[in-house]
Amino acid sequence: MKEHTTIAVAMSGGVDSSTVAAMLAQTGHTVVGLTLQLWDQTRLAGKHGIPEAPKAGRCCSLDDVYDARRVAEHLGIPYYVVNQQERFEQDVVKPFVAEYLAGRTPIPCSLCNNHLKFDQLLRTARSIGAEHIATGHYAVNEYDPERRRWILKRPADLAKDQTYFLFGLTQEQLAHTLFPLGRLTKPEVRAVARERGLTLAEKPDSQEICFIPGGDYKQFLTAYLEEQGEPMPETAGELVTSSGEVIGEHDGISNFTVGQRKGLGVASPSPLYVLQIDPASHRVTVGADAELATRTLRAGQLNWISIERLSGPMRVKIKIRHRHEPAWATLEPAGADEAMATFDEPQRAVTPGQSAVFYDGNEVVGGGWII
Amino acid sequence: MLRVYADANATTPLLSEVLEAMRPYWMERFGNASSIHLDGQQARTAVDRARETLAEFFNCHEAEVMFNAGGTEGDNTAIFGLLRPGDHFITTSIEHSAVLRAAERVAERGVDVTFVPPEPSGLIDPARILEAMRPETRLISVMLANNETGVLQPVDEIGRIAKEARVFFHVDAVQGAGKVPLDVRRIGCHLLSISAHKMHGPKGVGAMFVRRGTPLEPFLVGGSHERRRRAGTENVPGIVGLAKAVELSMQSLEDGTMDRVSGLRDRLETGILELPGTGVNGGGSVPRVANTTNIWFDQLEGEALVIALDLKGVSVSGGSACHSGATEPSHVLMAMGLDMNRARASLRFSLLRTATGADVDHILSVVPGAVRHLRALSPVAAGTLG
Repeated sequence: MKEHTTIAVAMSGGVDSSTVAAMLAQTGHTVVGLTLQLWDQTRLAGKHGIPEAPKAGRCCSLDDVYDARRVAEHLGIPYYVVNQQERFEQDVVKPFVAEYLAGRTPIPCSLCNNHLKFDQLLRTARSIGAEHIATGHYAVNEYDPERRRWILKRPADLAKDQTYFLFGLTQEQLAHTLFPLGRLTKPEVRAVARERGLTLAEKPDSQEICFIPGGDYKQFLTAYLEEQGEPMPETAGELVTSSGEVIGEHDGISNFTVGQRKGLGVASPSPLYVLQIDPASHRVTVGADAELATRTLRAGQLNWISIERLSGPMRVKIKIRHRHEPAWATLEPAGADEAMATFDEPQRAVTPGQSAVFYDGNEVVGGGWII
Repeated sequence: MLRVYADANATTPLLSEVLEAMRPYWMERFGNASSIHLDGQQARTAVDRARETLAEFFNCHEAEVMFNAGGTEGDNTAIFGLLRPGDHFITTSIEHSAVLRAAERVAERGVDVTFVPPEPSGLIDPARILEAMRPETRLISVMLANNETGVLQPVDEIGRIAKEARVFFHVDAVQGAGKVPLDVRRIGCHLLSISAHKMHGPKGVGAMFVRRGTPLEPFLVGGSHERRRRAGTENVPGIVGLAKAVELSMQSLEDGTMDRVSGLRDRLETGILELPGTGVNGGGSVPRVANTTNIWFDQLEGEALVIALDLKGVSVSGGSACHSGATEPSHVLMAMGLDMNRARASLRFSLLRTATGADVDHILSVVPGAVRHLRALSPVAAGTLG
């Protein structure tokens, strides 16, 4: 990076991105704060049980934009809110809804990072003369001259590791993105925030999906479809065991996710879990915990980071959901844009719609969407 | 960095004469205009003198001038103060949100509202107002000049229609006042709202012409201020500042200032239109206020251009700010029939009365480069967004 350059910081109003802005503002670079306005939190408020007034600490809420603006004012940097609501609805909300209706369990944060956030931030940054963007993600991003590739690595604070959500970043995006928090722990970040006089240093982390303030995705699906004037598709069907025995009925496949235990609506002497959701027959297969374990997974829409492409079998550790300890597997190319992984040990609840991210030590090899 | 402010339709700076006129009324002459003693009388005198200036400006009686907190209050007062369930209200789809949101509110309460759309030129056709008239129509509200395009609306003709039908007529003159001569008798309106800060006066103060006998229900109740039409201790420094700003704008309407501003605007417009893929929204043969031009730019995002120009020292606006401060495509341009992309790619340049040739030169030195840069990056240009 040049000595003096313009950096656009993606500011969400949280402590992480605010601290990034504060750190960069001290470096002598020109820093511009940007907030992507992605969703109007008042849009579905009060409908179908969605809270009337979203709690603070959710992205795109007025409180968060206010907090981001106050940080920018405190630091004396220009700050702009960029309206990306239409694109967010198109690229994130609609696919999110469609995935659930198809019996899968989507990750909106990865959809957003892959299809919208980094692309749009870089585009806006360039349009205002900034060569780099910086975000508050916990990840490390380094150029390796030998491989001539940008390498994404797990951060110092593994408890905050966000590389799982960043597997879709392209080399071009990584080349222009800074993750200044990658080598800090969360307590260190809060300490920097305090040191820089940020009043939000103690602000709690947000955990929920940003456009679902109450955290209940079923309420959201109902309210959103109603607003769109689209009927909730009729996906009621049978609950069956893995041996094919019908043990009950359900109201719709979007109520289920693989591995789910609660809310199945059947009594059973031993705990039952969702094993499989068949979008065609609307059949939801349930069974014992042990039956959830599978040895293989197939992933599509792949993106490679540390390698150019997968040309043969490769030993990797695979993370199949955000709170999953990566597990050893052998990864092999399969078909056009797909890969097949065979785990050393069977893994519990491999869930279609989630992403599978491949690691080689601390490096992100790449990732894809579980089919 | 040289900065040029070209967003006068958003707000304007105080002129130094205005600040000077207001100065004594913060500390030395701080009285409450309702008090009996000398301190109160000094404040009362200032308010009365201001009322005299406003009456001259509107061409009405002093008793018909009501001070308030600005354009939004005026627009709200007209609508909430006159309309009751069962009434019919005619307004246009290009009004300021202070009218549109109030119209939606009364609609929820049983008032039938007709939003008359503009012609593609941005002009409201009086014939469309006439067509919308019904026996239950009680109020028509139309703006004098549109804030986004600067297009002057045919309020005189609409006033004649209102008079003929014995319907109340409110004019939102917030953007027109000070830019074109005002005459409430000629317009034939019952109510007319202005705001000080759009004409180099202070923020948070405005005035309304309320024709005698207009049964306007007070919007704020309490003390008997403003002939019981608007409760609340008078904002004396604000009112003094408003009057001074009005006085100065009456001068500038006569001394050739507006011709000079329109010359600068025309030069700015011509200069920008030399760029390929540009055009004026609401231009051509329709009458406009002197300071405003609204220009579309093919193949770029207006929001990004506003930010890029800001960082290069030029303050302009595009669309309207939504609750978070992000930009939404202008409802005015959408109502004129622009598609979403073109509405998004439109910018408003509105010059101050004090603008100079050097200001226009600076804008013209910055805009073409910024536009070319953005177009080179534009997804619209690359066709990836469709």
